[in-house]
Amino acid sequence: MSKKTLFDKVWDAHVVDTIENGPQVLYIDKHLIHEVTSPQAFNELEDRGIPVFRPEQIVATADHNTPTQNQDQPIKDELSRKQLEQLSINCEKNNITLYQLGHKYNGIVHVMAPELGFTQPGMTMVCGDSHTSTHGAFGTIAFGIGTSQVAQVFASQCLLLTKPKSLRVSVNGKLKAGVLPKDVILYIISKLGTNSGTGYFCEYAGNVFEEMSMEGRMTVCNMSIEMGARGGMIAPDQTTFDYVEGREFAPKGNDFDKKVAYWKTLPTDEGATFDQEYFLDAADIEPMITYGTNPGMGIKITENIPTEDNASFKKSLEYMNFKAGESLINKPINFVFIGSCTNSRIEDFRVAANYIKGKQKADNVTAWLVPGSKQVEAQIIEEGLKDVFDAAGFELRQPGCSACLAMNDDKIPQGEYCVSTSNRNFEGRQGQGSRTILASPLVAAATAIAGKIIDVTQEAEELELV
Amino acid sequence: MEKFTTLNSRAIPLQIENVDTDQIIPARFLKATDKKGFGDNVFRDWRYKKDGSVNTAFALNNDNYSGTILVAGDNFGCGSSREHAAWALTGYGFKVVVSSFFADIFKGNALNNGLLPVQVSEGFLKQLLNTIENKPETEIIVNLELQTISVADTNLSEAFEIDAYKKTCMINGYDDIDYLLSKKTEIEAFENAHS
Repeated sequence: MSKKTLFDKVWDAHVVDTIENGPQVLYIDKHLIHEVTSPQAFNELEDRGIPVFRPEQIVATADHNTPTQNQDQPIKDELSRKQLEQLSINCEKNNITLYQLGHKYNGIVHVMAPELGFTQPGMTMVCGDSHTSTHGAFGTIAFGIGTSQVAQVFASQCLLLTKPKSLRVSVNGKLKAGVLPKDVILYIISKLGTNSGTGYFCEYAGNVFEEMSMEGRMTVCNMSIEMGARGGMIAPDQTTFDYVEGREFAPKGNDFDKKVAYWKTLPTDEGATFDQEYFLDAADIEPMITYGTNPGMGIKITENIPTEDNASFKKSLEYMNFKAGESLINKPINFVFIGSCTNSRIEDFRVAANYIKGKQKADNVTAWLVPGSKQVEAQIIEEGLKDVFDAAGFELRQPGCSACLAMNDDKIPQGEYCVSTSNRNFEGRQGQGSRTILASPLVAAATAIAGKIIDVTQEAEELELV
Repeated sequence: MEKFTTLNSRAIPLQIENVDTDQIIPARFLKATDKKGFGDNVFRDWRYKKDGSVNTAFALNNDNYSGTILVAGDNFGCGSSREHAAWALTGYGFKVVVSSFFADIFKGNALNNGLLPVQVSEGFLKQLLNTIENKPETEIIVNLELQTISVADTNLSEAFEIDAYKKTCMINGYDDIDYLLSKKTEIEAFENAHS
């Protein structure tokens, strides 16, 4: 039998039909939806008189357009309120489970679905959101889709797709103190470029990912789309099974054991080949930051901004008000955001609290901490992290996508820099004219304390921070 | 979906690489529950200055340029999966986007909305952009049947690739829902075999 990759195994198990010289019909196990990219798909079906085919395989949450304060009050912004109301109406009409604002299971779609056990190895999952790649951390084929495709899945629980090419990124060796999963993925993207993964599905392999927690693996897979890959995957192992076991909607008892036996067959066969392979050394990675307006424009925090002679590069630096060749160490920063589907899980807040404990936020800094879900929020309080944040002057808000894309009121003002644990540093991403610097929760926390960008590497070694 | 066969039009040059979907349509405009009106806000923060006045330096505001073809730099449409980006471009009137590289999700979204993404070589893109900038009245001819893009009255021409199934959909105005619904029996058989 031919050697198969993890991706091949999951993909091939979901092919319903193949069009000659064309795409394949791929079955979708789980469809996640939210308020922003679903309403036009519901309209499409209604206009054409097509029912939702498998409502029980759809889970809805409100996250992109929700406030992070006073969630118990009516939403002030009329358009936002209407969009959320429309989601409720659509879900009710079509018998779809919705975790509305305030529900104990509400949260960012890519945080709440894994923590509730909806995300399981070997599945196919889609959502009208490019960061659906997050769920690949479980050995799941998970990818973002457009609204036309949301309608297709509503109508048929399937999508027409051409099988992407395969790519493997292996990182082996020992990570330095202070290097977090976010640094690993920012490093990968800075080395390979923002379109290196376009047309591919990526597998991350090597001891660095094997030793990572599920939270860390989700951070890595989350940003696969930032190198152009539709999705990223990590082979399921004991860490994965332990995470899934016992979660609300995960299989239980005998069913779980049977699933685990199947999940154990999924890792890439030895000798399977990839269309493209990259090998990176863990020892080369240091805490990272970005200096430009795409996530590939990243450097080690101790490095200087490179010099490039092309118009897009210059336009980018001009927008950021940075100079080629300069260091970002000691740059004053007034805004810090810890949150988003990349870094809003409990582990991220533990890292931040561990660093912040006993310190005070700099006076010039506004620091927003936005948990990824109601469950993460509850855990922050339960573990006493909220007390640490309160004492240090950080502002813990309610769950949602928040300042990652600034659809709600959480906007970074014109011209201000924000050191952010989110995934995109595009022009105006965090508010019109805002300037985003992507970093790990550790670098973000350190920035908030110092009021400027500092080199955390030395301190990380002393504190033995992971 | 509107049918697409051939198009003769002038083009608007956008000499910027890595145009992400946040630039095509910023997130603050994603609050609508229908597909209308996104064209008004396409490239909003590049078309207008911080004070709200029109940025005349931006290609879409340059009176020399017009047409329903957008010619843009490498890696067009990266970032968010928002189909609103395709709705914003079609809403503004574009029928074709030309670039040397398209992000996957954007390309799919464009095709699902009758907006043809034409991927050309870097060399051809450079020639095309220069030609349009030097002579804005240049007519570009896109022929989907033959899969060619050419500059009128010159021998500048290049073939482009498109998935055969998607080509049929574009030419006939079909969408994937029609096809998937025709596969219901197979889909149910798959479900029964895997339950």
